[in-house]
Amino acid sequence: MELKTKSTVIIGGNATGEILYFDAPISFWGGVSAETSRVVQAGHPQNGKVTANKILVIPNLIGSSSSSAIILELIYSGLAPKAMILGSHDAIIPIGTIAAKQMGWGNVPISTLKNPDFKTGDWVTIHSNGEIRHNRS
Amino acid sequence: MVKLSDHEKNVLSGFSGTTGDQMAMELVVKSAEVLGADSLIPVESSHVDGCLYHGDSGVLYCEKLAENGTQVKIPTTTNVGALNLSKLSQTKLSKEKRDMAYRLMKVHQEMGCVPTWTCAPYQAGARPSFGQQVAWGESNAVAFTNSILGARTNRYGDFLDVACAISARAPYYGLHRSENRTAKLMLDVSNLSNKLLQEDAFFPVLGSMVGKLTGETVSVVHGLPNNATEDQMKALCAGAASTGSVGLVHLSGLTPEAPDTLTALSGQKPQEIISITKEMVIDARNSLSTPKAHEIDCVALGSPHFSNNECRALLALADKKRFKVPVFICTGRHTMADLEHDGADEDLKNLGVTFVVDTCVVVTPILPEQTGIMMTNSAKFAHYAEGNTGYAPVFGSLIDCVKSAQSGQLIWDNSVWS
Repeated sequence: MELKTKSTVIIGGNATGEILYFDAPISFWGGVSAETSRVVQAGHPQNGKVTANKILVIPNLIGSSSSSAIILELIYSGLAPKAMILGSHDAIIPIGTIAAKQMGWGNVPISTLKNPDFKTGDWVTIHSNGEIRHNRS
Repeated sequence: MVKLSDHEKNVLSGFSGTTGDQMAMELVVKSAEVLGADSLIPVESSHVDGCLYHGDSGVLYCEKLAENGTQVKIPTTTNVGALNLSKLSQTKLSKEKRDMAYRLMKVHQEMGCVPTWTCAPYQAGARPSFGQQVAWGESNAVAFTNSILGARTNRYGDFLDVACAISARAPYYGLHRSENRTAKLMLDVSNLSNKLLQEDAFFPVLGSMVGKLTGETVSVVHGLPNNATEDQMKALCAGAASTGSVGLVHLSGLTPEAPDTLTALSGQKPQEIISITKEMVIDARNSLSTPKAHEIDCVALGSPHFSNNECRALLALADKKRFKVPVFICTGRHTMADLEHDGADEDLKNLGVTFVVDTCVVVTPILPEQTGIMMTNSAKFAHYAEGNTGYAPVFGSLIDCVKSAQSGQLIWDNSVWS
């Protein structure tokens, strides 16, 4: 069954990939390793999971202001997620991606969606207009 | 759409200024779009947190900004870097990483930042005036400048802070606007004993409670004594900003926007009144400590950076009795200069103190690699110790820290908390 959802575009772009869903709030600074892209926050349900090349769905972000630097570093070292769907509005993550774009290091589309209804392993396509299509088995 | 002035448009289009000016303005304008701000606001000072090394990308980004002599346009101080610039080998990073961390600190100086390298710039001469619009980074400094000084800033982080300093602009939203500075929650501490309300160690614990209970919501604390010291309020702000995204907390009778509780609430009823009990304080204190510690391996002080007064209080409490475990004092060069004036720095070193200047033990690897128990009087150190250093924290008063450091055993004076 294919489902269509409309999200609000923060950073535009197209992406297709596999979802990694965050079941608990995360701060990129201190929570995600800039060297491996893995979740390193002790006790986090997604601890140990690789974030590189996944479409990250993060209903609750903890806004440590150094998280911009971690996103920039992930993009610079080729360990960026394919896209991010955030549960609420946030400026810190987008700042890292805008900086990466300015340096010509690549783009990570970001959109927001309240109560995002996805599961880890879902395969989704995000369009630059914010439309998300996904197949649920 | 963000409405821009002619000057802002000219810099954004590259018509005036350097490419770094253009990049900085673009980052500020795009952030304003993302935040839903409809205009930018001129800012008069900045405190930049982006000089701490997180990886090579940040160094390359800041060096790109600085190309062709791009300068900050407003007085800008620097937060801690990853290195003690007078003792580079203190930081246990590889030579390659240390070189990059050094380049990041240097490029901020080249852009015209004042090299304060401290998380307590407000005690190093950078004190925005009441009502002034500024763009500050470093969570404790943001909470202090908003709450204690009454200046106006949001919580700026890496790259946006320096971009605001270069463009002298910030997105006009959040705590820059009067209507968002009203307290919505009230925390009432007036039922606690007068003795507890006077204790230094109470303030960081209260801060950690403010962070957990209020998160991002502006609150007012009702019932603090009107003789609370600046260092006590500093500790409160740091605690609040590490356990929650607190940018502003009013302290009734103490801070400029809270001559009384009703004023901080803008005459409105609070959404909620939380009455703080002694049991809640004890729980919050306990949550800053790892249970069942008997021996301690080190003491870490100075988050935020220890002031001259705090260093001298430590010296007096130690009463010339040497420490058995390493005691690290994180502080700024402004305090070192005060201590060197009359040799207090040597007196502290003779007791066994290691000074960590320009940086801090929880943001960069400085502590001995063999981890263990770290005792501290800072809620912020207690909060970040485990994740960032591997040390398990124990929180105590400064007197507890001194006595424990002198014996090597954990000594806790429970009468402080009655």
